[in-house]
Amino acid sequence: MPERAQEILRSPGYWVTVWRRFLRDPVALLAALVVLGLILMAVFAPWIAPQDPFQGMSLQRLKPPGTEGYPLGTDELGRDMLSRLIHGARISLFMGIVPVLCALAIGAAIGVVAGYSGGWTNTLLMRTVDVFFAFPSVLLAVALAGALGPGLFNGLIALTLVFIPPIARVAESVTTGVRTRDYVEAAKASGAGALLIIRKHVLGNVLGPIFVYAMSLIAVSMILAAGLSFLGLGVKPPQPDWGLMLNTLRTAMYTQPLLCALPGVMIFITSIAFNLMTDGLRSAMDIKT
Amino acid sequence: MTGSILEIRDLRVAFTGAAKPVRAVDGVDLALVPGEVVALLGESGSGKSVTLRSILRLHPENKTRIEGSIVAAGIDVMALSGAALADFRGKTVSMIFQEPMLALDPVYTLGAQITEAIRKHESGVSADAARKRALGLFERVRIPSPERRLDSYPHELSGGMRQRAMIALALACNPKVLLADEPTTALDATVQVQILLLLRELQRELDLAMIFVTHDIGVGVEVADRIAVMYAGRIVEIGAVRDVIRAPRHPYTIGLLSTRAQGGRLSGKRLPTITGSPPDLASLPPGCAFAPRCSSATSACLEAAPAAVELGHGHAVRCIHTAAVA
Repeated sequence: MPERAQEILRSPGYWVTVWRRFLRDPVALLAALVVLGLILMAVFAPWIAPQDPFQGMSLQRLKPPGTEGYPLGTDELGRDMLSRLIHGARISLFMGIVPVLCALAIGAAIGVVAGYSGGWTNTLLMRTVDVFFAFPSVLLAVALAGALGPGLFNGLIALTLVFIPPIARVAESVTTGVRTRDYVEAAKASGAGALLIIRKHVLGNVLGPIFVYAMSLIAVSMILAAGLSFLGLGVKPPQPDWGLMLNTLRTAMYTQPLLCALPGVMIFITSIAFNLMTDGLRSAMDIKT
Repeated sequence: MTGSILEIRDLRVAFTGAAKPVRAVDGVDLALVPGEVVALLGESGSGKSVTLRSILRLHPENKTRIEGSIVAAGIDVMALSGAALADFRGKTVSMIFQEPMLALDPVYTLGAQITEAIRKHESGVSADAARKRALGLFERVRIPSPERRLDSYPHELSGGMRQRAMIALALACNPKVLLADEPTTALDATVQVQILLLLRELQRELDLAMIFVTHDIGVGVEVADRIAVMYAGRIVEIGAVRDVIRAPRHPYTIGLLSTRAQGGRLSGKRLPTITGSPPDLASLPPGCAFAPRCSSATSACLEAAPAAVELGHGHAVRCIHTAAVA
């Protein structure tokens, strides 16, 4: 059966293999679908949401979930919870993803340069990064956001600065591991210059693990952003944001406990979905070696 | 020697990273003519791989002190730097590594890695032309279904196929000198023979000069024209394969050859060993490095490093007792 043999011999390529392995992991696949759903929900929020998230009815305050016309109840100003949760996904996802991407660009650059250069450059860069590592991430984010003043943009900067050190640290350790590999020496032995080696052989081997690590930080970033909003350092009212909603609803904790847990439930679902998806991606990418 | 494609003179390599510099290579002279294969034989830490890597200047510059001269195809290797050095590597002299799984980049296909090397050295070559050449190379090293294998990743191939791909990569830019760093050590015995035969065949066809580093005497005999035995960073005996194997003159070579299992003849008996262990390269004695382990050592051996004694036909030995040992 020569045709059959050919079919078996044909190598599908790295990313195709990763994709197939990912599809075979039901938990990761489910998590990925949840993440996809959340992203779609955020993008199409104005069309999905049944009501205006800013318009409150003072007569309909703090209704429990299941009330006529308000499937998830209303908040302390009589605004529809479902609509606010849907709109809240926008800011929460934004604050989860964007700071991590910014930190990925900066942190990976620092880490790869430090890891590839070694010696003094490495010591200088990494010890500077370690200084920031000394602070607990929540404290650092709160301090930075406090110093910069409240607001979405300042919160973004604060979170970016928080995530640069761990990403740089991971990038540095992966790069140091790759630098001493035989294939880097082999590339050198066949005439590749330092730039070509960094661009192709170091980045090619390093970006995958760094990216997966950064993905796992998205959930952390979301929770930190929610925390900043909760403390009044992030998003300002009346913007719908899960962290901020958690803050404003806490006064109703004893009268409507179910209602004030809802934003927390969203944060929980989102972060666990991101984490499980990242986990699946990590094991799917772990083919070679 | 005139007409040599590679000439190493008084090469000394010391690693200065530690508290005391480690003299890994301590005065190596070696010359190859085109089409000649020299096997560098020695145990771990004898300086054979260090010598090989020095030819491509692969040692980290800030932690290594290299002295002596290396001239390859008329190019003074020690004077090269930057772009000229990168251009020299792979084009004039290229190298085959011990473990192809580690020496091939896992995230690129074999074809991509070979075309990268070709296009790095010959800027005018189109991607298509480079791929055609890679295909030709795969056929040359006899990889089955080469077209498909070009799109394979290193982890998808068996050890022997990977080493064939590594050889194809090393030959991609038509080098004049090939350096092989124990290319068969990581392979199993049956594949070893195939790779050796392939290397020998390609080397003859392309008229390559080759330095073949190994610690396996059998492999050295199989593949080489001349054998150079290294001990503690020096070549202690060099000569044509038959001279060195049939009439070894240095006590270390004699010891090495007697430690080989000789078929069934010695079955049931213990193999002879060379007593003692190799010297600490950070504090070498002033005299012959092998003297502490040598049965015929005298007090004269401990005074100065012995000079090479020429025995004719290019057979040279670094031992002051050469006449007596014979």
